[in-house]
Amino acid sequence: MAGSLRHFGGREALLTKLSGGLAGMNLTTAWALAPTPRAALWLARSGSRSLDEVPVEAACSGETLEFLRSIGVRKLHELRSLPREGLGPRCGAALLDDLDRALGAVPEGRVFFAPPPRFAATLELPAPVSHAEGLLFAARRLLVQLEGLLAARQAGIHRFRFSLGDQHLEIGLGSAAREAERLSRLLREKLAALTLEQPVETIGLEAGDFVPMPGRTAGMFGDRLAEAEDWACLLERLEMRLGRGAVHGLAIYPDHRPELAWRRVEPGEWEPREFVQPGPRPLWLLEDPRRLGEDEVKLLAGPERIEAGWWDGDDARRDYFIAKWNVSMAWIYREAGQWYLHGFFA
Amino acid sequence: MAVLDTLLQRHSVWRGAAFAQPANVIASGHAALDAELPGGGWPSGALTEILGNFRGVGELQILMPALAALSQAGKRIVWLAPPHLPYAPALAAAGIDLAHLAVVRAPGRRDALWAAEQVLRGAGCRALLAWLHRATYAELQRLAAAAEAGGAFVVLFRPREAERQPSPACLRLALEPAAGDLAIHILKRRGPPASAPLRLALDHPAHALGRTSFSAPAGRQPRMHRSVGLPVHP
Repeated sequence: MAGSLRHFGGREALLTKLSGGLAGMNLTTAWALAPTPRAALWLARSGSRSLDEVPVEAACSGETLEFLRSIGVRKLHELRSLPREGLGPRCGAALLDDLDRALGAVPEGRVFFAPPPRFAATLELPAPVSHAEGLLFAARRLLVQLEGLLAARQAGIHRFRFSLGDQHLEIGLGSAAREAERLSRLLREKLAALTLEQPVETIGLEAGDFVPMPGRTAGMFGDRLAEAEDWACLLERLEMRLGRGAVHGLAIYPDHRPELAWRRVEPGEWEPREFVQPGPRPLWLLEDPRRLGEDEVKLLAGPERIEAGWWDGDDARRDYFIAKWNVSMAWIYREAGQWYLHGFFA
Repeated sequence: MAVLDTLLQRHSVWRGAAFAQPANVIASGHAALDAELPGGGWPSGALTEILGNFRGVGELQILMPALAALSQAGKRIVWLAPPHLPYAPALAAAGIDLAHLAVVRAPGRRDALWAAEQVLRGAGCRALLAWLHRATYAELQRLAAAAEAGGAFVVLFRPREAERQPSPACLRLALEPAAGDLAIHILKRRGPPASAPLRLALDHPAHALGRTSFSAPAGRQPRMHRSVGLPVHP
């Protein structure tokens, strides 16, 4: 506090200001001045004039307090006169540490006020904007502020909310990020797809749920982490423009029905399943099997019977063959007397 | 002459009679094909075009060993606008690590070109397979520049008719089925023009079906060394 006394106009002025402010918030206060924060705390708690006169109740509690009472120690000066070597093992190191902190022998580690992990800012535009893309320039100013806050907190975000007038855009990210550049790229894709109902005069940006994200020097070539981040950015950009679901990964799934033996998954997601199909499978699968005439194909090998699904009502009873269809190596099946093309051995 | 010799020795001038020595190639996994490709493999950081109008003639099989090696090394592969569904069980059986694969649907021509460029510009993806029906020379040139910047292995699948159109691709192959094998016409490469099409023997899927095969060419081992339980005969 000593360092800011001149700024506040001296000790008395600061105290007046402080008690005035606290009274305005309807708080009852007890205060004290001391060379160390802990001494001030104890003095304020007990209302004593000097540290020696502080009752032990202000300095400790629980078992330690019980013990001190039982040996007849009532004030701090009595406690201080006891030998340290004996006190430590009997009432714990915590009390001695606290005492040292109060006396200034050991520095006090303080927890400083931290702003809540959240960002919200609005910006009045100098003139109404009617093209969504025109908002990007202004939005960038907010995104840079956000990046500053995130960088200071070594944090990143998974989503943010951009408001333009009454409309809101929720923008999600594939992986945590804080770079204004990346966020604005995402926003640009979103804005490009947006038509404004009326001109916008105010924009706002909100983000919460910060996640820890250590700072890293970017751009080392061949850096796996940079590659992974680049990949996440790429997938986001593709999804923004092509729509959700336009980008997916593939996984195998243990089912004998060919159309159910795979799954769409998030790219990079991986199903640790080992399932080997009993016969050859084609690299191309037709999502909608195509009806074939019997004379269209020349059978080469088969059949492999696939009979499954009677338990879930989606049953298949098919005989699969490898066949020549025109010049293609085809995977075809016969079900209920009808032939179908289901894939190509490409 | 001395100046010319030093220039030629620096590999900064490519002579038509010799193979160019590209910096980065990925072995195709087919010895006969590697022998015909400059540097002994698929070029990365440049466009490769595969032209053909047929499906199911081995057009993916020729890429599988390279893609399997890339994915197993943790490199990501994008399939852009494929004509059918790349089938996960078959990809896994070919050794592809599915965790490093993404399929991108881009119905519009412009969307597909845009997506291809985005994929190539970044450092995240090391291989791109894209099915482009129509693309102008300028558009392909843009992709070639992006590929060069990003260094990825790029294969553009295009219709056979594209052969007549000039292309900035450094390797152009046309595929044709040939009596159970695959005939590869090397239309363009950084090396002497290829005289005859290359015949590549394919892994015949019927081999995996073993005993019930209708036409099993003799002398080849089945690819999967497991017996196949096939309960029913026609």
